Parts: sequence; structure tokens; C-alpha cells
Amino acid sequence: MTVTGRTDTPQQGGDPANPRRQDSDQQGAGRTGTLRTVGLVAGRELDTHVRKRSFLIGTLVMVLIIAAYPALMFFIGRSMGTTTVGFTGQATAVLQPVETTAESMGDPIETRETPDPATGRQQVREGELDALVTGTPGALKLVVEQQPDEELRSALNAVVQQRALNAELSRAGLDPAEVNERVASARVAVTSLEAADPQQGQRLALAMAAAFLLYFMLIGSGQMVAQGVVEEKSSRVVEILLSTIRPSQLLAGKVVGIGLTSLLQFVIIGAVGMVVTTAAGLMTLPSTALAGTLVWALVWFLLGFFFYATIMAAGASLVSRQEELQSVMTPAIMLLIVPFVVGVSILPSNPESSLGATLSLIPGFSPVLMPMRIALGVAAPWEIATALALTVLATVGLLWLGGRIYSNAVLRTGARVKLSEALRAA
Amino acid sequence: MPESVLEIDRISKRYGNVVALEDMAFTVRAGEMFGFVGSNGAGKTTTMRIALGVLAADSGEVRWNGAPLDLHTRRRIGYMPEERGLYPKMKVAGQLAYFGRLHGMAPREARRSAESWTERLGLAERRNDEVQKLSLGNQQRVQLAAALIHEPEILVLDEPFSGLDPVAVDVMSQVLRERCEAGVPVVFSSHQLELVQRLCDRIGIVRSGRMVACGTVDELRDSGAATLVVDAPQAPAGWAEGLPGVRTVGTDSGRTTLELERGADDQAVLAAALATGPVHEFSRRRPELTELFRNVVTEESAA
Repeated sequence: MTVTGRTDTPQQGGDPANPRRQDSDQQGAGRTGTLRTVGLVAGRELDTHVRKRSFLIGTLVMVLIIAAYPALMFFIGRSMGTTTVGFTGQATAVLQPVETTAESMGDPIETRETPDPATGRQQVREGELDALVTGTPGALKLVVEQQPDEELRSALNAVVQQRALNAELSRAGLDPAEVNERVASARVAVTSLEAADPQQGQRLALAMAAAFLLYFMLIGSGQMVAQGVVEEKSSRVVEILLSTIRPSQLLAGKVVGIGLTSLLQFVIIGAVGMVVTTAAGLMTLPSTALAGTLVWALVWFLLGFFFYATIMAAGASLVSRQEELQSVMTPAIMLLIVPFVVGVSILPSNPESSLGATLSLIPGFSPVLMPMRIALGVAAPWEIATALALTVLATVGLLWLGGRIYSNAVLRTGARVKLSEALRAA
Repeated sequence: MPESVLEIDRISKRYGNVVALEDMAFTVRAGEMFGFVGSNGAGKTTTMRIALGVLAADSGEVRWNGAPLDLHTRRRIGYMPEERGLYPKMKVAGQLAYFGRLHGMAPREARRSAESWTERLGLAERRNDEVQKLSLGNQQRVQLAAALIHEPEILVLDEPFSGLDPVAVDVMSQVLRERCEAGVPVVFSSHQLELVQRLCDRIGIVRSGRMVACGTVDELRDSGAATLVVDAPQAPAGWAEGLPGVRTVGTDSGRTTLELERGADDQAVLAAALATGPVHEFSRRRPELTELFRNVVTEESAA
């Protein structure tokens, strides 16, 4: 059949949105580069997520937790440390030695005199006193509500035993003071093969904080990427987008944009945490150690983010509805839970664990385990370098694979796309 | 050398054993409106998705001005997919400007275009509303604006009229007409055949992944069997039998309705009618697109 064109002469019309676009074509060619496109997509993601109420609330909650943690530790430390003990009758004679002994044992107590045993018992029952000491110095009795504080009991026993010993020494004609002094000077000579780290506790706290922060932030940011992928798929906007830009550009822009959003959140939370701990005087570690931990955590957050976000985005591209998302997300989240659980259960009791050291080199484990080990000060430079190299390599491979799955699956709406199909299809 | 022509050149696509498209071919020139009709699953959407590059063809090529369409030229197409797609939580104007920028527009240019199209399509009041808060009809208007935002050189619209109220249909028709007159080739699919017949310069009818009829509205209507109504009160029953290419469809108090095969001579019918006595009416009616389409579908189910 013949092709018949319209005979009407093309008209311009008075439409303002209708200029001839011969010239704008030339400009357009320069404005459609990959970097510009990825930047546009990333900009939209950043803008959308930062404006969301969930971003503000999420950041605030994390900041509060970080700020509340040291404060809570401070209060718990104070209330746990002060055991109030009442002394009544003749028992007041041992008040001073018990207090001194308890102090020397590293568990200071607060002492006070109580007028009579009945009042003391009443106060123990009401919780005003933690314990009441009655009886005579030779036969002390300890009254507690339920279980006696072990340290207090030892302190009392030590005082009673010392008194008995002193009495025996005097009976044998020795000067108790002299004997005690000589006994005290006899002690084992200790040779430490490795310098003791008096700040081990703080390093551990830092490592745990890094692990928690990384774990929650990686899960949160990965889920944001996955939800974004499914949102575009379920709203079908992806078809319009992909008639204009490449799948790889869309995926890259999304990952970069959400990465920047999370980075911003991470920096805010980390900075607040650092300021609070420093201000509360909880950290005696040099501030370089603190900053170092934060910087390493940041590096590993970024690496981990690209690693996990790629997996989650590829998984999310297989499904078309938010309700189906959980099924594909579970394996990816398990991949995060395992290193986290290993990290928080092995490393605190045994920072030098060889299992921990080995696992921290493996991509997928490194982003949570390596910053913990760095914070604990047990990661050798070669280990850090190896872990970095392996994770970067694995991430590059994942980006290629995930990009392929995403490109093949993201336009196929409806039933869940099988992974094997997404990998095969051209 | 072809100039300003969108060519769909023998594209084929199969899914396993199912043939979605087989040698689908047609051309649309600058300033021409092409209507794409066919029953559900005939391959209209597949053709458009391949033209937009969101689906890969097994064979064949889509060309614009003689060169195969690539990502760069595709940026200059305005596309309205069958499955409407917008970011539900993004505001109307912001979303349109974003699409404009993805198509290569500068920020100010994109904002201005978003403003003028929302104005033009009656969405000025809703510019700062989230898309999900709009009625479906208004969402459809936003979708059209998204296809037009970057002043496309080609328009490909999948079922642009479905779900629109009559006023919106008029607005949409007017806008398409205008774009067309500005020299943009417009391809759209629709099930509203009267609308297609009224609006389009050329029409393609698709069946089972193949183009079965393609041409101007006149050509198509001339190609089908014409209907003759003859009012010859004294004519005996069966007077037209035996005339070559003529079939009697019905008789009603002296008025006979005849179906004329293509190429059959209507003057012979008139002569035969006059031979029976006086003829009060002799009218030739060409088939409407709806009838042609129905014939095509009937052939399909017969095959």
C-alpha cells in the first residue's frame, strides 16, 4: 500500500513549549553524558531521602541512642558501685576496717551507723540499706534482703579473719603489725611478656559501638536501595526512565544517591557520638584513636554499602511488589547478621581470636569485623590491606553480576523473576 | 535518502514458542499521525516497547531519519507506556522537571517546560501536589506532560485515551494534533476506533504480531467490501443474484442491502435495479473502521 503523507503544511502554533529544536539538539548531545545522568538520578535520591521524615527520625533516634549509651553507663556505674551498709551496736567497731578493706578490694562501700538492729532491718527491707552488720566484732552477722553482695561478704570475712589472726599472733607473742607488714611485702614478681593495655575496656566499647553502627546502617541503607528499586518497578516508572537512560546508569545513580544519604547520616551520628563521649570524659584514649576508628568505620561502611546494596538491589529487581521484597531480602540480611553475631560474640572475650582474624579477611565479613578489630587494636596492617583489596575485588565482581541481574529483571513485572533467568536472559 | 521518517523495519520477537511479532513493518513521516489498532495481545505494546529500546527485538531494526535508533536518539522520543508510570510520592512539577532533565534539558529550561505543560493540560493548581494524591484522570494528564516535557521529535503513546473523560479526550486530541502539525510524527494505539478514524492520517491494523492492513483511512475504507443500499420497490426477490461480486445482505420493504466486493462494478448493479422499475435511492457506503476491524478479527478467529 502506498504511503500517503499529510498535505497540511507543518505549523508552528502559538504554543510556548513548542520551539523548533534544531539548536537544542546540539546542546542536548553534550548534556546526556553518563556522569551527568548518574548525577541527576543520585541527586533525586539524595533529595527525596533527606527530605523524608524517616531520615530525620532515624538519625535522631540513632543520635539519642549514641548519646544515651555513655550517660546510661555512667549512671549504672554509679548506682552499682555504691553499696550502703549499716552498722549497729558493737559492730560499729569494724566499720572503719571494713570500709578500708572494701576500698582496697576495689569495691568501695558507703557506711553509716544505725541506732538499733530493728531499725536497721526495717531499712534493709525498704531498700534504704543494702546490708546491715550486727553482732559483736568476734561474731559478726550480716543481714541482707535476699542475696549478700559477694564483695561485701569477702570484705567482712577478711576483717573478721584478720582480727582472729591478730588475736592468735598476740597470744603467740608476736607483734601483729610487724607480721602483717612482712606478710604484705611478700609477693610474686610478675613479668608481662606483652605490655598490658589499660585502655582495653575503652577499645572494646569503641569496637562494639562501631559494630552496632555499621550493622544497623548497612541494613538500613541496603533496605532503602531495595525499596527504591521495587518502588520504581511497582509504580512502572522504570519503563519511562529506561526509555531515556541505561539500566546501569539508573542503578548506579540510585546506589550513589542513597550511599551519600547514608554517609551523611553516618557522619552526623559518628560526630555526635565522638563529641558526647569526649565531653562526658568517658574516653581517655587519645582523640586520634577515636577519630581513627571513626574514619575506618566510615571506609568500611562505604565498602560494605556497595557490597550489600548491590546484592539487595539485584535481589529487589526480581520482585514487583513491596510485599514480596522480604523473601529476596532475607538471604542478603543473613549475610550481614552472621558477621555481626560472630563479631559481638567472639571478639569481646577474645580479641586475638584466630577465627575472628581469618573471617575478617573474607569479603562480606570484613565490613563489620575488620573495623571492630581495628578499634580493638589487633588488626595488622597487612590484614587490613588484604581485607580492603579482597572486598574491593568482590564488590567489583558483584557490581557486574548485580548490574546484569538488575538490567535483565527490572523491566519484567508480574511474577517473581527466577535468578537463573535473570542471569541468562540477554 | 529518507528524511524525517520513523521506520519500523521488519521487527520480530518471540517468547519461547509464542510469536509476539513477526516482520512488523510500517513507517511514520514527520507531521503524520499513525493509529495503531488491533485486539489485545496483537503486538502493539511490544512494537512500541521495542521502538523505545526497553525491549530488544530478535531481528529487524527501528530507524529515525535513516539511522538506527540508539540511546541518544531515543532521548528525543516522547513515550507514554501502556502501564502508566510516575513516582507516586513526587510532586507534579518537580517530577516533570526531573524527566525533562533526564532527557538532557537544562534546569531552567526543564522548569519552564514543566510550568507551561501543566498550564496547558489544566494541572496548574496541582503542580505542588504529590502525584498519588491526584485523580486517575489527572495522573494521566501528568503522564502525557511527562511524554511532552522535552519537546520530543517523535511521540509514541500506548493507549493515551484509555480512562479519560470526554473533556480530557478532547484536550489530548488537540495536543496530539498540534504536535503533529509542528512536524512531529505521532504513533498511538487505541481501541477507540472512531477516535482513531477521526484523528489519524494513517492506520495500521495488527493481528497476531503481523500488520494485516496499513494505509490512509480512505485507502483502508476503499479496500474493504462496500455496502450498497438500493430502494427499488418493484424489484423481485433475488433480483441482484448472479451479478458478479455482489451479495445480498438483506431486504426490507423494497430496500435491498448489498455487499460489493472490492472491484465489483456498482454501475452494473444500478442497471440491473433500473431494469426492474423505478429506483428511489441508490447509495454507496464505505465500511467504517470498526467494521473493517471486526472483519479482521473474525478472519483471525476463523483461521
